[in-house]
Amino acid sequence: MKTIYRFAVAAVAVFFSFHSTYAQGILEGGRVSGNFQLDAQVYRADSAIGAFEVEEKMRMNSFANLLYTNGNFSAGMRFESYLNPLLGFDERYKGSGVPYWFGSWRNEQFEITVGHFYEQFGSGMVLRSYEERNLGYDNTIRGAKVKFSPAQGVVLKGLIGTQRFFWEQGPGIVRGLDGDFALNDIFDKEGKLKTRLTIGGSFVSKYQPLEEILVENGDLLVLPANVGAWAARFNLSNGGFSLDGEYANKMNDPSSINNYIYKNGESLLLQASYSTRGFGAIVSAKRTDNMSFKSKRTETGNTLDINYLPALTRQHAYSLSAMYPYARQPNGEMALQGQINYKIKKGTLLGGKYGTDIAVNYSRVTPIKKNALSGDTLTDVAGTLGYESPFFAFGDSAYFSDFNIEVQHKFNKNFKLLVSYLNLTYDIAVIEGHPGEEVVKANIFIVDGTYKLTEKQAIKVEYQHLFTKQDEGEWLQFLVEYTFAPKWYFTISDQYNYGNPDKDRRFHYPTLSAGYTRGSNRLSVTYGKQREGIVCVGGVCRNVPASNGLTITLTSSF
Amino acid sequence: MKKIIFLSLLVFLFAGANAQDESKSLKKLPAVSVKTLDGKTINTAELSNNGKPMIVSFWALWCKPCINELTTIADVYEDWVEETGVKLVAVSIDDSRSTSKVGPTVNGKGWDYEVLLDANGDFKRAMNVNMIPHTFLINGNGEIVWQHTSFSEGSELQLIEMVRKLNRGESIDSH
Repeated sequence: MKTIYRFAVAAVAVFFSFHSTYAQGILEGGRVSGNFQLDAQVYRADSAIGAFEVEEKMRMNSFANLLYTNGNFSAGMRFESYLNPLLGFDERYKGSGVPYWFGSWRNEQFEITVGHFYEQFGSGMVLRSYEERNLGYDNTIRGAKVKFSPAQGVVLKGLIGTQRFFWEQGPGIVRGLDGDFALNDIFDKEGKLKTRLTIGGSFVSKYQPLEEILVENGDLLVLPANVGAWAARFNLSNGGFSLDGEYANKMNDPSSINNYIYKNGESLLLQASYSTRGFGAIVSAKRTDNMSFKSKRTETGNTLDINYLPALTRQHAYSLSAMYPYARQPNGEMALQGQINYKIKKGTLLGGKYGTDIAVNYSRVTPIKKNALSGDTLTDVAGTLGYESPFFAFGDSAYFSDFNIEVQHKFNKNFKLLVSYLNLTYDIAVIEGHPGEEVVKANIFIVDGTYKLTEKQAIKVEYQHLFTKQDEGEWLQFLVEYTFAPKWYFTISDQYNYGNPDKDRRFHYPTLSAGYTRGSNRLSVTYGKQREGIVCVGGVCRNVPASNGLTITLTSSF
Repeated sequence: MKKIIFLSLLVFLFAGANAQDESKSLKKLPAVSVKTLDGKTINTAELSNNGKPMIVSFWALWCKPCINELTTIADVYEDWVEETGVKLVAVSIDDSRSTSKVGPTVNGKGWDYEVLLDANGDFKRAMNVNMIPHTFLINGNGEIVWQHTSFSEGSELQLIEMVRKLNRGESIDSH
């Protein structure tokens, strides 16, 4: 690991010295750009809603990226500061520093990156390094990456490195190779064929020194030092039709997450879609079995992931519809999703002057079926092959299901309305890890109307209502927002947990918010109470504790 | 060793900043690989609108204001194109969880934009995008002349006004 690091450092140093000594002419064309974000919160204790005293009174997360580009050369770095991390972020982020920097050079065929980088092979099922700054997620790889395109339509990638673990690096080394072949660009250069086919494959291996551990029944387990995983994928499209799929397989990888079983892992993702102007439909199916892949065996948190397992459920945007978000289960899940988008044409009875948008989406996720191995009565016994699982069988109960429909219509130049209904099933015991809690069944209604007062001023009113007999019972939310484009907004909202089974916990969560935007600079200030909840972006979720106080967010890009 | 690198990086960046003041050149679109809806890989540095202005807008299926912005512009897009020749490139930063849903949704809504998929955020990072919607205006020479984050009803008027200014050859306040 040290060697790679030294190599990277030396390469960057050589590059920089080369540039500053000989490249005065080229330097003139250089450009610096970047961005900055600061989130600060002043906390007030509010024991009723569960917001505890924060000793610092105020906490802050911030980061700044600086990017230098000059022709085919680029270099960048990010400064991060958590003093101390906002509640809900991992405390191990405490501190300031430069955890990300890179130098990169490209020509028509090669792209070489040293330092830290992000990368994804296929859909990410064997390798994806990415960041979600606002969730505190970052599994960037530090090492070297080469991308090589020997011919049109062919992209080969190779990389090696270790992964970020807060302010340190994880103990495992990740090595990966990927090839992507756009067959049309290779064999049909004139583009005569209407059908496009792209295929690809990856191989990823992690190394962590051999380790022996004692498990509950007294057995001594030898944990493999090298664990390989591979994936193959295709994408076929013809006009409005598209079919794509990826299969991934991982060799035996006993870890804390799978309770040290030696079974191979696998995952299959298949998606088919058809769309034409005014209509779109898609169905997807996925199976995941024992596919957690981390560069440290004993890690169980949201860190050091080598791969990414996309959840096949819709990500909701309203606060009550996003109250019960699904979190993927890497040890095993079967998922199905379907979605139809349809636009009722302009000038028809239901379409009116502007048309009406309708979207219907359904998803369902169940466990995989697990049968005990012959000679065993239990599944998932450490040191064994774990279980047998029929590939196409769905588990009996659902981890999650979501039926939702959304209708959006613009009545006239000044008024538009969105109405939405959701029906959710959410196995809170599994998804949030609260054993014994009843499965949540919820119905949610949302009405969102926007009325334009003048060309640049508008009032938006949101009504959201969540009905459930489980968890914290019914919630109601009102929100009124006034905007003066393109610079100002003011929002007042209240969430009311009026149906909480515990009468003493029927709290209001009012907030006031205002913001100012100028170009790509934005300042927003929010004052009020925030309920405990889960915030998800991309594939990652973060549990945000209840709070009461003032939040300031400043972002800027230049 | 680490410190030396950061120091040299800083020096280098400042050298770059000075060079920039001298030349007054504007930043061009960076060279990053993204995918089109039918699976083609393209280089973002080669995005162009034949010498006419181009709007590059970062969005995602889960971002309500982004959908609002693109829906609002869709109602007037035909008029915009006819009047100014502008082209809108909508860059979805949805990851592999929902990239396959982007095409059907865009078509289902009847949007006529050029749509690109930036599934691992490479283009987003190269453009220093923090929060979406984030919209850039590119002039006929491929230079970024203006940018804006967030959307509220009526913001589209400012955007098209900038496009008109560009067409008239007037200078644009870069913020």
